[in-house]
Amino acid sequence: MSQVNDQKTLDQISRAAKTRKTILNVVIYVFLALWGLIVLFPFYWMLLTSIKSYSSYNAEYIPKFFTLSPTLQNYFDAFTTVDLGRYFLNTIIFTVATTALMVVVITLAAFAFARLEFKGKNAAFGIFLSLMMIPTELVVITNFVTITNWDMRNTFWGLILPSVTSVFYIYLLKENFEQIPDELYKAAKVDGTSDMKYLLKVMIPICKPTMVTIVILKVIECWNSYVWPRLITDDAKYFLVSNGIQEIRENGFGRENIPAMMAAVMVISIPLIILFLIFHKKIMEGVSRGGTKG
Amino acid sequence: MKNNNLKGWLYLLPAILFLGIFMVYPLIDVVVYSFEEGYNFASQTYRGVGGYNFSYVLHDPFFLQAVKNTFILVIITVPLSTGIALLISLALSSIKPLKELFQTVFFLPYVTNTLAVGLVFMVLFKKTAYSDGMINLLIQAFGGSSVDFIDGPYWAKMLVTCLYTIWVVMPFKILILTSALASVNQQYYNAAKVDGTSKFRIFTRITLPMISPMIFYLIITGFIGAFKAYSDEVALFGTNLNAAGMNTIVGYVYDMLYGDSGGYPSYASAAALILFAIVLTITVINLMIRGKSNAA
Repeated sequence: MSQVNDQKTLDQISRAAKTRKTILNVVIYVFLALWGLIVLFPFYWMLLTSIKSYSSYNAEYIPKFFTLSPTLQNYFDAFTTVDLGRYFLNTIIFTVATTALMVVVITLAAFAFARLEFKGKNAAFGIFLSLMMIPTELVVITNFVTITNWDMRNTFWGLILPSVTSVFYIYLLKENFEQIPDELYKAAKVDGTSDMKYLLKVMIPICKPTMVTIVILKVIECWNSYVWPRLITDDAKYFLVSNGIQEIRENGFGRENIPAMMAAVMVISIPLIILFLIFHKKIMEGVSRGGTKG
Repeated sequence: MKNNNLKGWLYLLPAILFLGIFMVYPLIDVVVYSFEEGYNFASQTYRGVGGYNFSYVLHDPFFLQAVKNTFILVIITVPLSTGIALLISLALSSIKPLKELFQTVFFLPYVTNTLAVGLVFMVLFKKTAYSDGMINLLIQAFGGSSVDFIDGPYWAKMLVTCLYTIWVVMPFKILILTSALASVNQQYYNAAKVDGTSKFRIFTRITLPMISPMIFYLIITGFIGAFKAYSDEVALFGTNLNAAGMNTIVGYVYDMLYGDSGGYPSYASAAALILFAIVLTITVINLMIRGKSNAA
């Protein structure tokens, strides 16, 4: 009798525990879904507003959460009324040139630190590492003066030059280069391979995953950069998308044309979102290895 | 050997050149600028050397407003975002289905242009002649009265700024904490389960101590990042932050350098050095607290 009772209570306990677990799970999923909503809602609103027509947007005192008559007119306006196409092209030129130059500079430096033996290497590396702690805000003032004195305001060189080195990426790449076994290098040396050829034919292919991560992170950084381009360009011919969007906000379209503004915002956000959808694993892995925003 | 020495430095040369011109030299120069009084940008001359720039900046009401704004922003957003990120990461690490989808979605703000999405926030929060805006309608639905968050009272502007800042910094924190939680050795949890330890106790006695280095890392980087706030504010309130009363210390530095109120690299340098001193002090205090709690 008592055994049957015990069995019953045990069942009850385990059922209660199960119910509790289910409830907890529901709470967790609702919580996560709620945060997901907060993250995604601005994007949805951006898309929705960008396909509402100007008149229907302004007629809605209570904004609707959907639209039955989507239009692409705003996108057309975004490219014709303001110079969005040019901002876009400028940003692509800036991003490609900066990233390409940076990859060359950091690869050479990382190779020197990882593979070559020379006097003063450790001291040089120590100094490089200590430069990582310097905030950009501190050096931007002089860089602004330097670029102005070089007559490079409103030029691509002025935009590009100050951001073609990154001590952090040199460090990241050096760590990766060092994982390649010494034997490979010695074998290549015996075969009479030059250092440069070894770097190009052996090290870079082996370290491709890290290089890709670095490139993607740099592209994101370039695409979103705002402060330096704003300081160095006041001619709209050289605006990047961030400055372009600020210009649009303050002078373009007329202040009230929110749908066209959202279309422009949409256009400049899409390339990075596509990049993210393709490479999200790489990007997240790269950032968790030590990237910070900005 | 001598040949090798030269080669090493040759490979380093481009990096050294760029770092020298755009990092090391500016670092020295910024200090020089900050002590040159009455520097004239056009003729590049100055009248004397001294601490006037610092005293000017410290007495400038715009700077004091910027300091106040920045401190409020830091004090509100750093603990709040770290706390929420911890909750979200704990929730993420306790589920299996859909985990990857959630992680990916949560990371999305990291890759977006802060100026672009800031405009969306502005539209959502702004009250115009045509419409009270999304958020205000939501507030009204819950029985509140609407506020203009973009051109309205100070607390409302501060609130949007904090919300947007948290929205922007969350992806990084969630990512770091989720991977920290995933790296806690499963054996500790199994042992605790055998002992019948309660969930709360497992959290305070195992999880928290194991991930505390990462939480600490996030707090330090969070402080540093929040003290440098600038473009989020521009996105919400436009480039004339002084007029909106929402300027930050970094914003003050740039305004002094360039724009309608610009042309004063000496004041900008002094303000930048003051910012650097504040950030350094806060970081050292953080490290000291950390050292103490470790020793105890």
